[in-house]
This record gives sequence, structure tokens and C-alpha cells, in this order.
Amino acid sequence: MRIKFEARTEFSKGVLLSVPLITIFVSVTVSSFLLLALGKSPMMTMYSFFIAPFETFYSVTEIFLKFGPLLIISQALAIGFRAKVWNIGAEGQMVMGAIAATAIPVYFPDSTSFLLLPAMIILGAVGGMVWSGIAAFLKTQFNANEILVTLMLSSIAYQFLYYLLLGPWKDPMGFNFPQTVMFQDEALFTSLFTGVRFNTSIVLPILFSLGVWIIMEKSFIGFKLVAGGTAPKAAGYAGFSAKTAVWQSLLLAGFAAGIAGMSEVAGPIGQLQRSVTSGYGYTAIIVAFLGGLHPVGIVFASFFVAVIQIGGDIALVSADIPISAVRVFQGLILVFYLATYTFVHYRIQIDWKQQLSSAKASL
Amino acid sequence: MKKDNLVPLLSLRKLTKRYPALVANDRIDLDVIPASIHAILGENGAGKSTLMKLTYGVIEPDEGELFWEGKKIKQNNTFSSRKRGIGMLFQHFSLFETLSVVENISLTIPGNRKILSERIKKVGAAYNMIINPEALVFSLSVGERQRIEIIRCLMQDLKLLILDEPTSVLPPQHVRSLFHALRKLRDSGVAILYISHKLEEVIELCDTATILQDGKVTGTVNPHERTVQELATLMIGRNIPQTKPRTEKRLTDTPILKISNLDAKSDNPFSVNLSRIDLKVHGGEIVGIAGVSGNGQKELSRVLSGEDLSHNLHPKIIEMMGKPVADLGVSDRRRLGFSFVPEERLGRGAIAPMTLSENALLTAYGKDMLDHGFIRNNKIEAFTKKCISDFDVRCRGTNVIASSLSGGNLQKFIVGRELSLLPKLLFLAQPTWGVDIGSATAIRQRLLDLRDQGVAILVISEELEELFEISDRLYVIHNGQISPSLMTAEIKPDDIGEYMIGIRNVSNNFIKGNNANQV
Repeated sequence: MRIKFEARTEFSKGVLLSVPLITIFVSVTVSSFLLLALGKSPMMTMYSFFIAPFETFYSVTEIFLKFGPLLIISQALAIGFRAKVWNIGAEGQMVMGAIAATAIPVYFPDSTSFLLLPAMIILGAVGGMVWSGIAAFLKTQFNANEILVTLMLSSIAYQFLYYLLLGPWKDPMGFNFPQTVMFQDEALFTSLFTGVRFNTSIVLPILFSLGVWIIMEKSFIGFKLVAGGTAPKAAGYAGFSAKTAVWQSLLLAGFAAGIAGMSEVAGPIGQLQRSVTSGYGYTAIIVAFLGGLHPVGIVFASFFVAVIQIGGDIALVSADIPISAVRVFQGLILVFYLATYTFVHYRIQIDWKQQLSSAKASL
Repeated sequence: MKKDNLVPLLSLRKLTKRYPALVANDRIDLDVIPASIHAILGENGAGKSTLMKLTYGVIEPDEGELFWEGKKIKQNNTFSSRKRGIGMLFQHFSLFETLSVVENISLTIPGNRKILSERIKKVGAAYNMIINPEALVFSLSVGERQRIEIIRCLMQDLKLLILDEPTSVLPPQHVRSLFHALRKLRDSGVAILYISHKLEEVIELCDTATILQDGKVTGTVNPHERTVQELATLMIGRNIPQTKPRTEKRLTDTPILKISNLDAKSDNPFSVNLSRIDLKVHGGEIVGIAGVSGNGQKELSRVLSGEDLSHNLHPKIIEMMGKPVADLGVSDRRRLGFSFVPEERLGRGAIAPMTLSENALLTAYGKDMLDHGFIRNNKIEAFTKKCISDFDVRCRGTNVIASSLSGGNLQKFIVGRELSLLPKLLFLAQPTWGVDIGSATAIRQRLLDLRDQGVAILVISEELEELFEISDRLYVIHNGQISPSLMTAEIKPDDIGEYMIGIRNVSNNFIKGNNANQV
């Protein structure tokens, strides 16, 4: 028996759209069985995941609070992934962005200037870009694998964060908790509604998405990146620099992740602390693929993942399921997405007649 | 036929193989009798290779039956084929370059090395195919590698030998010794299936010719009784289109391309080091570079195009349009009026999953297609449409992906795109490789027209016939070195062949003595 994967050359837009729908359907079905095995009610759980997040105004704003950072990071990562630059260290770039932005309220705790927030945005972006720039430099100069470098740089970023929180930046009035001072109001984004954490920082991911859409759909830079990712030799033949593509992809990701990190400390958290990223840097990788690496798809994917994250939190309490069941469900979605994607893009042929002897002989 | 009373060695009956987009073989009937050389003649894409793969058991037919010595073959795969006594030489050799001859052969033929070495020498001597069993494959010439493959087939109990375009990579001298060996094989009782699209060869060598066109058999003839024109008509259903002869000749005073003493060494042991390459191309002439593949063509083309800048050459070593360019990248050279058609179509000349419009943008972006870095779709669309109609690219519009086009059509598109850039210097590598006769002639005619308009054209090709048809001057590349300039009108293919295999030293005209072991 031999299994062959034959690439399909043509498929309709409808088939491509069916990928996320099939994914959700299969994941819900399979996890329902798992929940039954746990003795929990699948209906109750799915209700918590998909309906409950929309039941109160507060949880809807919480969805959008998670939507922002996921959107901005995954948009940038998707550009890199299309150029085959595998930056999986957005987490570390986000941490560095948060750290760099925090420098301002830490060193100017009494300032009330309206320039605080813009300066923090710029510093956050620069912090992320410096971190991803290291990976770009090592990749272009020494051909160091960016997957390893970005991943390891994330660990370093965390260690640096812990050092700052336990040492020089620790809030002297903070009862020895590993966290900085609370930021002054001028260094925080304003809430959009009273009593909720959802704030004006949402403008940044939306503007960024718009920019990404223009770059990828309308500009020559986007074309060059995709060409380099799809056929490196053809890009070389056309004279598109592979090094430029690495720099552009990584710097853009650092920029976006840095702003996301800044938006967290200057938004819902209000200070720099250990759990600054909420895992957005890694989740954004899933979001980018779930959105088909397309700027519009990623908007929907970010929203969907934000919903199931809030839904997961609700399910923990109201459906009384363990946290690991939430993780399993979120993991199943990615696995089934990849499977569905493969079936849509490849025709799978199983050749039962193929004998082992001929396989040997053809060697 | 004369030997009708014999039971055919191999019979195919109504053999059919379908692929998603086409029927590669449509109810093929074929009889091969022992001790004969049987040609399968057809254009690129006629279904020759598919038919041979079906015969050898590499792929399975959708319909139809195969008979071996009168008995129906129930299960056909490469293993059982080999047991039956069928040997096949593919177009691309299946040898491990880092192993020796005898090690390669011992992978498929049982026996210890010493005995195998003796047998290799014995078989080689019997068919004039001397080869050193201990030689490492990467050090051998193409002709010698082909010999290993033939000897490997001969070392089993061989009844039928299938050869897929065996001469496409050989210089003329090696072709002659191959034919000699094949005739000897036939006389010893082996049947040979000879796949080719070269008509002269078939007439010279083969006893029977079965002609394929669009996957169907259009006739079985005795090639000795036919002319080239008759066979061509059977093969493509019309006369071979001819290129128009040259009317007048005007060259630019200064060369458009000048390479002076180019040395390019590589760390990769499997790539060829270029050394002391001197070459000039003037506007208004086509200059060809002949050579057996793997003698530095790929390396030269990457250095010339600007894709390989790793050698840190002095800028003046390569001059284009009178300007030093050896330190400039691809896009800077293109900006000066340089255009290039690479030998790999999918993945280098074009991006397989992208549309023709996007593939036009790949190199034609300088043609007013950008507005402050933004893509102007209407300009691309117009350019692509014009390219498709000017170069007769058969496709369903500008939005089909490149990999959906046939090899010939895609090549017409790539050549068309590069010509539409109105280059002053055009460089093509294997411009008609794997392209059907109609498209190949169309491409060659375009090159001739362009030459008459004063463009400087450099062509690397392994097909000597093509170079003789279109080029005014020739160089031969061998082992990374290049011969003196040779006027095509004054030189014979055999002389080129001597340069190609290194009998004639490329760096001077001295003919080495009896270097017969090379032949």
C-alpha cells in the first residue's frame, strides 16, 4: 500500500471558504464526544464557548480586548509566513515592546504630558523591532535558522523581564511583588466605555491590518515577499533580494508585536508584570494560519480565537470543565484545520495494489 | 514486415493511460520482434515516455494488455520487468555520483565486487564499451555514464533494452560509438526500443519505426525507406516549419557583452569551476555556447545573470552595454537592457502557482507597471495580453496559473516576456529544451528577427543542431573553460564535438594525440 499526495492545481473560492467551516464542525463534534466521556454536557460547554461570550456587554468588550493584540501580531506574522520567514518568537518581541514602553512611566512617573502615550507607542515598536532585528541580522549574516533564534530570543526576553521586575524596576511600594509602578493615567489608553477594559488601542491593530492589506494586495513589496516565499529561485532570477525579505518580514513582526506588548501594559494591565503577553505571541501563529495567511481571513480568525478564549474562560466556571479540556478543544481546532487544509489542497490517492517488491526494485 | 512468422517479444494491445488533463496514451498497439531496433518516434508530449514507463512497469495502464513472448503479463512492475529481461535507460541517469562504477552496479546486480568487476570488463570489451570499474561516477563523462547504465542492463539476461532519448545529451562522437554498440547488441539477439524525436538518427539506426502523435499511433513504417520530410509529416502532421535564411548582416562596432578572463571557483565539489573565460557578443549576432551538460553552463549562466555574486569579481570582468557590471545584481543588469531566459521554467523563469499576469510582473515591473511602489493592474494586464497574443501562447487567459500551461507554451510565454522588455542583450539557456517542434521553430524565428534588429543574443544549448541553425558564431564549453570563437559557417559538427569531449583543447587549437579512451 502506498499513499500519495497529489497537489490540486485548481480549486474554487468556495472550497477554500469551506476549510474553516469544516474545521469548526469537526472540532465541535469530536470534542463533544470527549466531553461526554468526561461526563460533562457538550451542549452546555458549546453554549459557554460560542453563545455565552455574547450574552453580556462586558464579555463582548473582553472579546475585542483580546481581538486587538491577536489581530496585529498575526497580520504581521502572516506576511513573514508567506515569505517563508518562520518567526515564532513574536512572544519575545511582544515582551521587549512592553519593556521598552514601560521605560517611560518608570523613569518619568510624574509626567502628565500628552506625548507620553505616543512616545510609548514608538518605544514599544522599536523594542520589538530590535528584538526581531537580531534574528534578521543573524539570519542574513550567518544563515542562522530564524525558528531557533526567535524562539530562544523569547526565553531571553522573559529572563530580562524577570530581572527588571525583581531588580531595578520593582515598585518600591509594591510589597515586593514582581511588578512595576502602576502607570499614571496619561500613560494609559482611555477606556471606550465606563467600567470596561476595552480601550482606544484597538485603533492600532485596525490601522495596521489596513496597511497590511494594502501592502499584500496592492504593493510591489508584498508581491516580492510572496514571490520569494513561493519560489526563491524565481525571486533570485527576477532580482528580488532574499535578505531584504527577511529584514522586512522580521522587522514588521517586531513592530507589530512590540505595539501589542505596549498596548497590554498601557491598557488592561496598567503596569509591567510577569504575565504581560497572555500567550498572544504564540496564539497569533495559530490565528495567522487559521486565517489562511490572508489579511481579511485573519480578521475573522482573530475574532474567532478571541471568542473561544473568552468562551473557554466561561466554560471553566459555568460548564465546570477542567482547563485541560479547554486547551484540548483549542488544540483540536488547529489540528483539524491543518487536516482540512491538506485535503483541500491535495488529492490523496491510496494505491492498494502497489507491492513492496516493486518499491524495493525501483530503488 | 519480413519477420512476421516470429512470435513478437513484446506486444501491447489497446494500452491506454489517462491523466487528469489529457489522455497520454490512447489505445496503443505495438509489436516488438527480437533482434530488431524499433523506434518510437514522436514530438515532445506525444506520449513516448509514458508508453515506455507502462512497458517497464513504472506506471500502470488504465486499460489494455501487455504480452511477453506471447503470454499475457498479469502483474507488471519494474521488478518483474527486470526478471523478464527488460532493461531501461532513462533520460536522466540513475547513478550515485560519489560511488564507483562497480559499486553502482552492485546495487542492482548480485555478486561480489571482484566478480562484478571482471564481468564489467568482459561485457564492456564485447560491445566496445570499455570502462574502468573502479572509477568514481562523478569523474566520468556523460557518454561514460551512459555506458555504465547500458552495461548494467547487459549484465542481467537482457532481451529488451529501452532507451529514452539516449543521444540528447551526447556529443556526435559518442553518438557514433553508442550506435555501434546498439547494432552489436541487436545482432546478438536483443530487441531495442529506441525513443527519439530525431529523424536522421531513426533513419540511420532503426529497423522499424512506430510514430506517435497526441498519444495515438499514426503509423508503423520502415524508416530506411522514408525520407526525413516524410517521417516529419507523419510525426507532426505537417511539414517541419523552416526558419527564414539570413538576409543581411550588420554588427555593432563595440561588443554589447564582453567577458574578460573570468575565473569563478566554487567550494561545492559538485559544481564546475569556471576558468579564464573570454567571450564577446556584438549587437546583431547570435552567439552559441555548445557543450555537454555539466561542463559549467549552469555556473556561467548564474554568474552572467547576476544571480551568483559570490565570487567578488572585479567589475570590469563582465561588461554589458559598455558598462562594468560584474559587481551589479540582477535588477541593475536588467535596468541596463539585459534580459534572461533560464533553463528551468517552473520555479525560476516562472512561479508555478502564480498567474500569468503575476509572472509578467516578476521581471517586467520596470515596464511602467509600478506607481510609487503600487501595482498597476491594468498595465500588467495589457502587457500580459500582448505577450500572449504576440507569442501565440495557448492558454485560457491571463489569470491561469503558470503550471497549467504545457512546457512549450510556458516557454513561449517566458521568452515572450523577456523579448517584450526590448532588451539590448538577450541571454537564453536551453531555449527550446522539451518544447514541441512548432513552438521551437517559432522561438528560433523570433531570435533571428531580433538579431536582425541589432540585439546581441547569447544562447547556451546542448542541442548542436539548434546552435548550427541559429548562431553566427559558436564557443564550446568544456570543464569550465571556453574554446576560441568559431564561425558556424566554417566549422563542422564533428569539430565542435571534439571540443565538447575535450580531445581538442579548449584553450588552444592543438589536437591531442590518441585520446581514444575519451570516445
